[in-house]
Amino acid sequence: MSTDRTVSGADPIGRLRKDDAEPEAPTNPGLKAVGGVAGWLDDRTGAAKPVGYLMKKVFPDHWSFMLGEVAMYSMIICLLSGTFLTFWFVPSAGQVVYDGSYLPLRGITMSEAFRSTVDISFDIRGGLLIRQIHHWAALMFIVALSVHMLRVFFTGAFRKPREINWVIGTILSMLALIEGFAGYSLPDDLLSGTGLRAAEGFMRSVPVLGSYLSFALFDGPFPGEAIIPRLFSIHVLLLPAILVGLFTAHIGLVFVHKHTQFPGPGRTNDNVVGFPVMPVYAAKAGGFFFIVFGVISLISGLVTINPIWAYGPYDPSPVTAGSQPDWYMGFADGALRLLPGWLEFTAFGFTFSFNVMIGAILLIPAMYGLMGAYPFLEKWVTGDNREHHLLDRPRNNPTRTGLGVAALTWYGILLFASGNDLMAIKLHLSINDLTNIFRLGIFVFPPLAFWVTKRICLSLQRKDRDLVLHGRETGRIVRTADGKFFEQHEPLDEFTRWNLVQHDRHDVLTLEAGTDQHGVVSPTARKEKARSALSRFYFTDSINPVTPGELAAAHHDGQGHEAIEAAPSSESRPALESSRREPPKRP
Amino acid sequence: MNALAARRRHPAAIALLLLLGLILTGVAYSALAPKQADAASTAASSVEDGKKLFLANCATCHGLQAQGTKAAPSLAGVGAAAVDFQMGTGRMPMAAPNIQAPRADEVRFTQEQISSVAAYIASLAPGPAVPEAEYTTGQGGDVALGAELFRVNCAMCHNFAGSGGALTRGKYAPSLRDVEGKHIYEAMVSGPQSMPVFSDDNISPDAKNDIVAYLHEVDKQENVGGMALGNLGPVSEGLFVWIFGLGIMVGFAVWLGKKAA
Repeated sequence: MSTDRTVSGADPIGRLRKDDAEPEAPTNPGLKAVGGVAGWLDDRTGAAKPVGYLMKKVFPDHWSFMLGEVAMYSMIICLLSGTFLTFWFVPSAGQVVYDGSYLPLRGITMSEAFRSTVDISFDIRGGLLIRQIHHWAALMFIVALSVHMLRVFFTGAFRKPREINWVIGTILSMLALIEGFAGYSLPDDLLSGTGLRAAEGFMRSVPVLGSYLSFALFDGPFPGEAIIPRLFSIHVLLLPAILVGLFTAHIGLVFVHKHTQFPGPGRTNDNVVGFPVMPVYAAKAGGFFFIVFGVISLISGLVTINPIWAYGPYDPSPVTAGSQPDWYMGFADGALRLLPGWLEFTAFGFTFSFNVMIGAILLIPAMYGLMGAYPFLEKWVTGDNREHHLLDRPRNNPTRTGLGVAALTWYGILLFASGNDLMAIKLHLSINDLTNIFRLGIFVFPPLAFWVTKRICLSLQRKDRDLVLHGRETGRIVRTADGKFFEQHEPLDEFTRWNLVQHDRHDVLTLEAGTDQHGVVSPTARKEKARSALSRFYFTDSINPVTPGELAAAHHDGQGHEAIEAAPSSESRPALESSRREPPKRP
Repeated sequence: MNALAARRRHPAAIALLLLLGLILTGVAYSALAPKQADAASTAASSVEDGKKLFLANCATCHGLQAQGTKAAPSLAGVGAAAVDFQMGTGRMPMAAPNIQAPRADEVRFTQEQISSVAAYIASLAPGPAVPEAEYTTGQGGDVALGAELFRVNCAMCHNFAGSGGALTRGKYAPSLRDVEGKHIYEAMVSGPQSMPVFSDDNISPDAKNDIVAYLHEVDKQENVGGMALGNLGPVSEGLFVWIFGLGIMVGFAVWLGKKAA
């Protein structure tokens, strides 16, 4: 039909030119069979093209790119082990008397959910191992996705065109918390019941609507019989479906955008340097799945997690010392422990429990909202509308890195605050003093962390500049004929140097006059003012990469340090020059 | 000496020196450390002997008539059970002023001496007596019922597995691992330090025996799930997964990332 003679259409056996030799037909009979099956499938599904596209995708190599993989595999392990658990778990609050094989619980009245979990632990072959795999994999999943998120943040991988994927990631992360909490609440042991009791209290802290919310979810007063079956549906059906769906979109977008890569010789914004999925990454990633599964199984075989038989069945009257949620909910629990009691007050005949509501209800959406909004905030400040496929080294964006570490410090303080009772008893400290220190720390340490991190980044950048301009100190002291001593500096080779000079320069946005020539105030003046203030906050003391001009001057100048340091960056170049410069070819 | 001097820069020299220093310090400490003076032993447990022991070891803080001072409470009416618990677990005499008397590994008095002091204190005013052995061994107790009683009455401070927990201002509920049944019972009836009293009206002697049976069962129990991480709940699990779980995963990721294709 088409007049364009495409290469594949031109010659049925795929010769590019007339005089090309015929490609050799596979002689291996096994290969032939595979080809036959593949051809059969392709004839019926047309899968060859998309599969070929996926198999040829190139991925760069770096250990930090595998953190997301750890999260993905842990999630798959959770799905597999969770399916096994559903074969025996009974999601019911119906009361039964235990008569299984665990003696210290014989004759105790408990819910069917708890009994079936004890049965899985003691009477189902391999049940305890699978239960522990499920729980450890869940903890590992959220650890890995958090660290993956940090990697993406600190390397600036969330920039255009990946903002949507960042938002999907934050939603995945938040849903993972809720999914984890729902699972933690299912066995109906003393700890999970206490957690549900707390969750019920959180709902009631919502002004006016609280009691309605709680009654709607629990179908009456706490604990009721509805919550366990409802949480079960949420845990095994609703949230996993959303998680898997969002995750598919997440990884699909990675294929669409191509994977980011760290800067280096031969790596540009327009290529990806690495290995194709088939055969290299398929083997590596496939092998890594088994490594992750193996490590989680090993941990589950050696280390107890959530010994529900020791906690005993839930009963609203008892509670145990050291009642904490799993670690990923720890920050919210810590916030509850730090919020002062005077935030609860009575007005208009209603009790307002802001001491509970701020930490338990508002914190999580506020935190994830901020996280999801960050790429858009940074884009607004920088006005940078380009696509970025090369990652930032964290030091090359000191303000972003500082903000990240400050947020991490803030989160860390909340997380540690949730273990204040255990810290008190293990370190022989007063829990009151610890709580007060955390209360102070939540205001003091994040700004301090920001400042320290930013200064460290700036110093590292200065060190990079110095290294580029003056080369490596060799330690060889040379004495000249006239008696002078100097240390020889060895210039960097161009591949090493490229890593230190390839990044963009950052300039503070200059504020345009708020009024036009007629003195009319611009409608966006206020916004622009805020934007320029933020830009100053980000970039006012930024250290820019060495320009070719500066490098030439330094080389020309030889050993003289002062002249270069004092030279103003008069030969300033256009802001985007660095991205247009050609990197050296890969060695 | 020359041979020794020649080897002074040997890589093992620093390790050897450190080892030598540590051994010397240890030996010197064991020679110079203050030793416990051997208290004179008494023949029979009697109020008179108990009074002597009291005056020698306890009166500094509790007062010559056990009337109490600013440093320590009056002992009138605490009963023999309290004395037997405090001295029998090494909490008293207290080694140093502290927010709370810690359990000590070393009990400095013989059971006879402790009984004498207990008899003296009991003679001042009536109080709970040392319990009878049939209720303190846990034998014949109902473990499951004891566990339930423990969860309802004790777990909020001592943790679900008796691992202990924090109280306000540096006070704490101690771990209940490997505590003699008699001392568990005595703690319940005498309410030491921050602990409330569980009299026979709250928890009957048989029920106390069930609790003792449960705690002994916890001591004996093997950890079916593997290492218990101190039985402290999700905090130690979270710490473990961050340090070991993530550490191992990152180790493998670095290894794989370095592997050439």
